Amino acid sequence: MATKVAVIGVGMTQLRSITPDLSYKEMMFEAAVKAYNDAGVDPRRDVQSFICSSEDFWEGTSIFDEYVPDQIGASLKPVCTISGDGLYSLITAYMQISTGLIDVAAVEAHSKPSEVVSIRNIMSLALDPVYVRPLGADPYFIAGLEMMRYLDKSGNTREQCARVVEKNRRNALENPYAAYASQIIAQDVLSSEAVCSPLGKMDIAEPADGAAVAVLASEEKAKDFCDDPVWILGLGWCSDTPCLEAREWGEAAYAKVAADKTFKMARDVRPKDVDLLEIDDSFSYKELQHLEAMGFCKEGEAGVLTEKGVTAPDGEIPVNASGGSLGMGYTFEMAGLQRLCETVLQLRNRAGEHQVKNARTGFVQCWRGIPTASGAAMILTSGRS
Amino acid sequence: MLIKKRVAVVGAGMTKFMRRAQETGKELAYEAARMAVDSCGLRIEDIESVTMGSAPDAFDGVHMKGEYLIDGAGAWRKPYMRNYVGGGTGVFAPIHGWQHVASGLFDTCLVVCEEKMSTCRPHPQAAFLTIFDNLTERPLGPNLVWIFALEMHRYMHVHKIPKEKIAAVSVKNKKNAMDHPCAQLAQKITVEDVLNSDVLVWPVQRLDISPTSDGAAAVVLASEDVARRITDSPVWIDGVGWNLDSAYWTNRDLYYPQYVENAAKMAYQMAGIRNPRQEIDFAEPYDPFDYKELHHMEGLMLCKKGEAPDLAWEGVTQRDGKLPVCPSGGLLGVGNPIAAAGLMKICELFWQLRREAGKRQIPGDPKTAVAQAWGDLMQVGTVVVMRA
Amino acid sequence: MSIKIKEYAGTPLREEDLKQGKVLSIGYSPKAKYTWSAGLAIGRYLAELKNTRIVGRQCDKCGRTVVPPRMFCEWCFRPNDRWVILKDSGVVNTYSISCIAADATRIKEPLIPAVIQIDGTTDAGILHLVGETDPKKVKFGMKVQAVWKRPEDRTGAITDIRYFRPIER
Repeated sequence: MATKVAVIGVGMTQLRSITPDLSYKEMMFEAAVKAYNDAGVDPRRDVQSFICSSEDFWEGTSIFDEYVPDQIGASLKPVCTISGDGLYSLITAYMQISTGLIDVAAVEAHSKPSEVVSIRNIMSLALDPVYVRPLGADPYFIAGLEMMRYLDKSGNTREQCARVVEKNRRNALENPYAAYASQIIAQDVLSSEAVCSPLGKMDIAEPADGAAVAVLASEEKAKDFCDDPVWILGLGWCSDTPCLEAREWGEAAYAKVAADKTFKMARDVRPKDVDLLEIDDSFSYKELQHLEAMGFCKEGEAGVLTEKGVTAPDGEIPVNASGGSLGMGYTFEMAGLQRLCETVLQLRNRAGEHQVKNARTGFVQCWRGIPTASGAAMILTSGRS
Repeated sequence: MLIKKRVAVVGAGMTKFMRRAQETGKELAYEAARMAVDSCGLRIEDIESVTMGSAPDAFDGVHMKGEYLIDGAGAWRKPYMRNYVGGGTGVFAPIHGWQHVASGLFDTCLVVCEEKMSTCRPHPQAAFLTIFDNLTERPLGPNLVWIFALEMHRYMHVHKIPKEKIAAVSVKNKKNAMDHPCAQLAQKITVEDVLNSDVLVWPVQRLDISPTSDGAAAVVLASEDVARRITDSPVWIDGVGWNLDSAYWTNRDLYYPQYVENAAKMAYQMAGIRNPRQEIDFAEPYDPFDYKELHHMEGLMLCKKGEAPDLAWEGVTQRDGKLPVCPSGGLLGVGNPIAAAGLMKICELFWQLRREAGKRQIPGDPKTAVAQAWGDLMQVGTVVVMRA
Repeated sequence: MSIKIKEYAGTPLREEDLKQGKVLSIGYSPKAKYTWSAGLAIGRYLAELKNTRIVGRQCDKCGRTVVPPRMFCEWCFRPNDRWVILKDSGVVNTYSISCIAADATRIKEPLIPAVIQIDGTTDAGILHLVGETDPKKVKFGMKVQAVWKRPEDRTGAITDIRYFRPIER
């Protein structure tokens, strides 16, 4: 029987394309204060474990975990780092609470790509040093190759991918946290500069700076702190092969396996029971690919559903009502945590202008970005009837 | 507190630790993982989850190196995460693995730690520049050894410890390592040899310090029911603790590792240990420098503050002493591929508690032991208590 | 080690094997460039260094004055309250004598890294160097004074302080 763990508070800074006035520490402090306030906890007294997400090379500092504790109230407390998306840290927090050792945990992730001058070079640094990097290609070639294969296999079209961008960037107009809200149309996307055909510039989510913190608690403690806990019903994560050469291109197996495990754990929840999704759309085609891989529609169907408005905020399956990464900005290791914060707001009926009606059960997913084939997923519910 | 599930270590494996290995990081991880899985008669299909511990990407020259190592770690199409707390990673990784199983989510978890420092040219030391604060410290061109020397000097000053007593730790560990088949620096040296070795950053001399290394280690964890089916002698993880001090290390008094004490208290509380000095049969504290073994013994509350050097000098911490410390040979003797070195200590506890440590076997009937790792800017303590 | 295991994997190489090409290798130099925003706290700290001033922050709740400054008190977990202009002198809390550079090569003139607790703070130190002294003469608790670069050489960096020198009795 899965342990009951709830999210009792979230806090996020407004995403920005650059943040010249604040250091990452100050951004983390802001997100932490908001989250602790929302949860009604004092981190020095109530929070027993802190889990942060980061990757050294995004930060420009090795052993980056050295620098996290102070600004989130974690000095001289149990702190660890997961080198991965914030959703993985959240899963670790879930595990820690489920053991019985910890009752209240905080999770943090942030993103400050505006400070990474040579960001494409850093992405190249993730490529296999012997088999791939020497090719000297722009790392986005991987997304281009996958998009080409995926569109061919699924029968979805570039135009349908462009409709995803249009939807998400317009959704972002209603989201005060978003950095890239815009009244674009699909044609703008199709005529944007080619990056790695069929991928165009506007198919790619732009980087954004931000910080987010979430507070989790065991069932018992959740009731002490919080009137509207959001329960984690299921979760899963999976890594497919890192070898580009050995991959089933276009398949997103990591997403399928993670979603399968998530639904298995959540038992009574089926894809049709989900009221909203916040899933990876860091490249336009990814939203379609992930929807299909995770069983929310049949293969080849996602494009048509998008065209018909089924995935719009007022549609049957609202996908990325927040604006997603395309509309809010792509926040690297914070992306999953950003989507989780958005989902928690929705499930508590606090999403304001971009609130999805009758949002009770939400599905969150992340992908770690190129060149990986790793991702995690989670189902949450407010339990309100 | 009520821990949901009891977790045991059921298998372990490691590679040789070397200054420079021909094997890639993936291959090192594979060798250790393969050995660990084979050692308990399991197949990779029986492993339900994998956690990887590996320290700075800057050494391997691969960004997001956790992803790069997936296939070597046996994690294809499995739930896989990389955990990271600097030098503390080697003992945090099994704690993270423990969380996977004790939470009830999985019955088995493979914990792999890999480090390939030799990739960084001309010398891995140079990569450590980037651990310092980008704005307030890096411009001074600090060397990693500076800060350990600052800590060592403060420790020596506060307790008035003569260098000889610290040097004796290096002598003990390098000698203990002569019985470790994977050791990089096993040798018989004397206190004189240490005191006469090159000064790097006073008071740190060449023989006080462990080298950079390549290597990997792995352990298999299983929940109680499954553990008992796999082996007759599971070794239980009865206590886990971890703690991170403030990044503002220049605002702290470095003579005592408070974060190690906090982590130890957390682990001892879970394990039901009230008097560590009496109840712990042997210890593997993190010893990248000789003074650290003593510093950490105090943090682990195995003796009073300032008492460790005398205990060591009197022979209490020898393998046949009352409280053997680093019977493996530690980092000073076996080598220091950062994350793998910490996990090597967990492997040592596993082998010792099953009486499989061969020539390194501690006499008597050790039942309870503690392993500890440390890292960052003198900040993190990770502690695991294991019982036979 | 498990006495059952006979062979341990790992093939040691020597530096010569690489240099002589006995083993195939590929080289790569990453381009890892960053421009970090110093933010509110360190931004002011660095700007003041250019003016030969060391500044810290004070928290009213616990009363601590700290340097390097941050906008929050990590122990009370609250924003702290005011900037404090500190003295540019301090006390050596700990020091060491370095014969090696950041890349582990030997240097001719030893450097003396130290944690210097700045006067005006609550035992808060910064990492810097001690200079203008024989290394053997440095002592725990020694009083030191910052030696600044010339105005035209200061850029708003921690290196605007060249080193701290002992204050004669």
